[in-house]
Amino acid sequence: MSNANTPILRLRGVRTYFPIHAGVFKTLVGHVKAVDGIDLDVIRGEVLGLVGESGCGKTTLGKSILQLVRPTGGEVIYNDAGMQVELCGLSNDALAPYRKKLQIIFQDPHSSLNPAFTIFGSLEDPLKRYGIKSKAERRKIIGDLLEAVNMQRDYMDRYPHEFSGGQRQRIGIVRALCVDPELVVCDEAVSALDVSVQAQVLKLLMQLKIERNLTYLFITHDLAVTEYLCDRIAVMYLGRIVELAETSAIYADTLHPYTQALLSAIPVADLDKKTNRIVLEGDVPSPVDPPSGCPFHPRCPKAFGRCSTEVPALNKYHRQGHDHFVACHLLEDNAAQ
Amino acid sequence: MANASLNHEFDRILAREEAGLNRPQKGSRAFRKLMGNPLAVAGLVIFMIILLSSIFAPILTAHDPLKINLREMLQEPSAEHWFGTDRTGRDVFARILYGGRVSILVGLGSSLIAAVIGVGLGAYTGYVGGWVDTVALRISEIFMAFPQIILVLLLVSIAGQSLLNLIIIFVLSGWGSMYRMTRARMLSLREEEFVQALQSFGVPTLKICYKHILPNALGPIMVNITLTTAMFILAEAGLSFLGLGVPLSIPTWGNILNVAKDIRVLENNWWMWLPVGMVISFFVLSVNFIGDGMRDSTDPTLQG
Amino acid sequence: MNNKIALSVKDLKTFFYTNKRCNKAVNGVSFTIKKGKTLGIVGESGCGKSVTASSIMQLLPRLSRIEEGSITYHSEQGDIRIDQLDRNSKEMRAVRGEEIAMIFQDPMTALNPVFTVGYQIDEALKYHTRLDAKGRQRRVVELLTDMGIPLPEKRSREYPHQFSGGMRQRAMIAMAMSCNPKILIADEPTTALDVTIQAQIFGLMNKLKEDNGTGIMLITHDMGVIAELADEVAVMYMGIIVEAGTVDDVLRRPQHPYTLGLLDSIPVLGRGKYQEIKSIRGATPDAYDRPKGCQFAPRCDFATDVCKVTPQEEHLSETHRVTCHRIREISQNV
Repeated sequence: MSNANTPILRLRGVRTYFPIHAGVFKTLVGHVKAVDGIDLDVIRGEVLGLVGESGCGKTTLGKSILQLVRPTGGEVIYNDAGMQVELCGLSNDALAPYRKKLQIIFQDPHSSLNPAFTIFGSLEDPLKRYGIKSKAERRKIIGDLLEAVNMQRDYMDRYPHEFSGGQRQRIGIVRALCVDPELVVCDEAVSALDVSVQAQVLKLLMQLKIERNLTYLFITHDLAVTEYLCDRIAVMYLGRIVELAETSAIYADTLHPYTQALLSAIPVADLDKKTNRIVLEGDVPSPVDPPSGCPFHPRCPKAFGRCSTEVPALNKYHRQGHDHFVACHLLEDNAAQ
Repeated sequence: MANASLNHEFDRILAREEAGLNRPQKGSRAFRKLMGNPLAVAGLVIFMIILLSSIFAPILTAHDPLKINLREMLQEPSAEHWFGTDRTGRDVFARILYGGRVSILVGLGSSLIAAVIGVGLGAYTGYVGGWVDTVALRISEIFMAFPQIILVLLLVSIAGQSLLNLIIIFVLSGWGSMYRMTRARMLSLREEEFVQALQSFGVPTLKICYKHILPNALGPIMVNITLTTAMFILAEAGLSFLGLGVPLSIPTWGNILNVAKDIRVLENNWWMWLPVGMVISFFVLSVNFIGDGMRDSTDPTLQG
Repeated sequence: MNNKIALSVKDLKTFFYTNKRCNKAVNGVSFTIKKGKTLGIVGESGCGKSVTASSIMQLLPRLSRIEEGSITYHSEQGDIRIDQLDRNSKEMRAVRGEEIAMIFQDPMTALNPVFTVGYQIDEALKYHTRLDAKGRQRRVVELLTDMGIPLPEKRSREYPHQFSGGMRQRAMIAMAMSCNPKILIADEPTTALDVTIQAQIFGLMNKLKEDNGTGIMLITHDMGVIAELADEVAVMYMGIIVEAGTVDDVLRRPQHPYTLGLLDSIPVLGRGKYQEIKSIRGATPDAYDRPKGCQFAPRCDFATDVCKVTPQEEHLSETHRVTCHRIREISQNV
């Protein structure tokens, strides 16, 4: 059942290429095509998972949306209370009001906080930037948020090294939420945490989402976590989306060969689950020199003629009442309904 | 299997731990480590003695370092003149004490000004990158390539000798290494995630660079300032000894040493050059020990 | 003595002495590594699993030592007490690399970037075998082929940075296996790798076990990897083994509250969106400020006053052992 809400974010043909300079004169020899043509709608209030392995471009996509890395092409259209705002062309100053609405939580709890400042000191500048003029008000906002993540108010006067990894990650959440955003990009936000702490932070994220009406773009490589957390999942490979559907459909009705291999490769902590493991040959490719045609064809167990010459488009299929997007020639040929 | 003394140390710590005597240590680990380093502590003591002596010179000696008294020239150390007198009858001890003020001022002052310029520029260009960075880098290389002596000779022949000129030269030849060090630290720190977080909030560049990142780079910079100070004091002594530094009318350690150019003084009037030479050596040594100690204590990779 | 046991560790204690404090990183662990079987040591950060591996390899940092306990390597020539050997002695160096080899988590930093991969494997062979240069070269190519690296002759002349992450890990395994060690210690070997590459490495490690009869000690924090690869499991927490047994015992019939808590807190693939994941309350205690008695008590839902005394290990069956006071009550609950 497709969602009738207007999307909070619309991506059209987003491309982010990094130039490669080589040789004595630093001539331009090519591009790292980190993100290579993404069309995506993010629905307000959903948790959209962005999964893939290293080099697939998921982190670059997250940063491109927030304009922390400027996209080379395409559009990122943000729905600001009904008004459609194209973010890519805006200068840093013009972006300022939108930066408040789109925030990010980082992966590494150890480098995401400035070791030279107390928690309050680190968070003061962002709040000042967004017009919270009085110190008392800033302390109140931060204190309230610390309590919301199950930490004490007076922690704001401590230094990062006094906290554990899980606590620092929670402070990262406080930082992202202190300006009251609408969309939060969680960039591998739980990957660096111990398993028992992961569970705490995941539950916290869900609770905060419900309380504050947030939308999450959850970037991860862990497909077990996304099954638990996400409403929809987009699978990325070499800068493109290869499959996009509701969570249950991705797991029960896996269509793209890469997603199938990915799911079968995950070690499951359950002795009764016997998987028919699809082991892919070769290595995860580098976005510097992507293969011709479908980026996955060199490793695909089901590749055939067209796959090496034509790039498959991300087509919409209607499966069991849901919209299921797949970029694969196999399905085009079968025209499944 | 580790050597015996290490084993003893371990046993001691274990016994204390079992008895519940070890408590989480308050205060800076770096400071504690510095205080535990015998050379650094010795350096600190010597440094303070010399520094305080220079500052409190009027209390320690009643003699005027500039007062010429031809009736008392070339006297050996005595109760009246602790380090004897020089060729014009000036009290050597007083000259060393007051001279210390100028030498230390030149050394510390130059190194601080060089640091302000080098660090200030390095922090900005390192963070911003791009052509600004490349241009600044090349400029710093040009300055660093200039041999200091040539610069001194140039400036002295053009503008004459003065304290200010000397400081200017030291700053010009010294800012480059500060700049490069800060820039290097900045290049690695700007990739840290907390910087990206600040960018995601749209915090202005200057604020990110000076208020948020720079404090993290200060550790090695502080160490470098101490070591540069020592270097400049030595340089000043050398230049003044050659007669190219501070004008001879102002007492500095190097100027006092200037008299040792004469071999007769060297042979017969040891009190005119030996004490001041030793003071310079001890001071520079002590600063080096402190600098090394600071470097060891702030290095997170060293165990202990 | 059971000739199937390659390494026995009894009551091992390794303490760290940094900052003038004593950290009891490993505080009494016992286990055996059997030939042709994989022992999985699972625990979160700070539990002491990597220190256990370093103790066996005698690669501990300067400010630490093996306090008590024994590490006995059952070689063909008899038993060797590793804990009593000097770390750089001839005997230890003969053991390390030749009899017991180790692979690390991050292959990039474990391989020397300024030497080719072939050179590094050759070095290990030069020291531990009597092959001549041609023989060593052949063996290098043989090893790389066995590890599934395509174009081995060309690859052996390349540098680590020219290899991808998965290939570097294979190269490291090739180096470790070059002298046919009886025991392979793998410290988080796939944590830094992508999932599809992980799957390849799992296949490789199982093959090593079957073809060479290598006993593998696999250190990980991932229960999924344990389910995949391990024959036996030991769960570590704050320097002790809280539960150990066959993988069947521990994953199907977990008894210790920590094991239960760990298994409940992982989202398992295939269980759907509405699976219950329960987090373990509290946080791992500070190593220098440990609770008295059972280390897990402050976070345990079953803790009572009896837990203020350090629990002893109990055997639930021949293979399954638990260190907990309250197992009778817990097994009635679960």
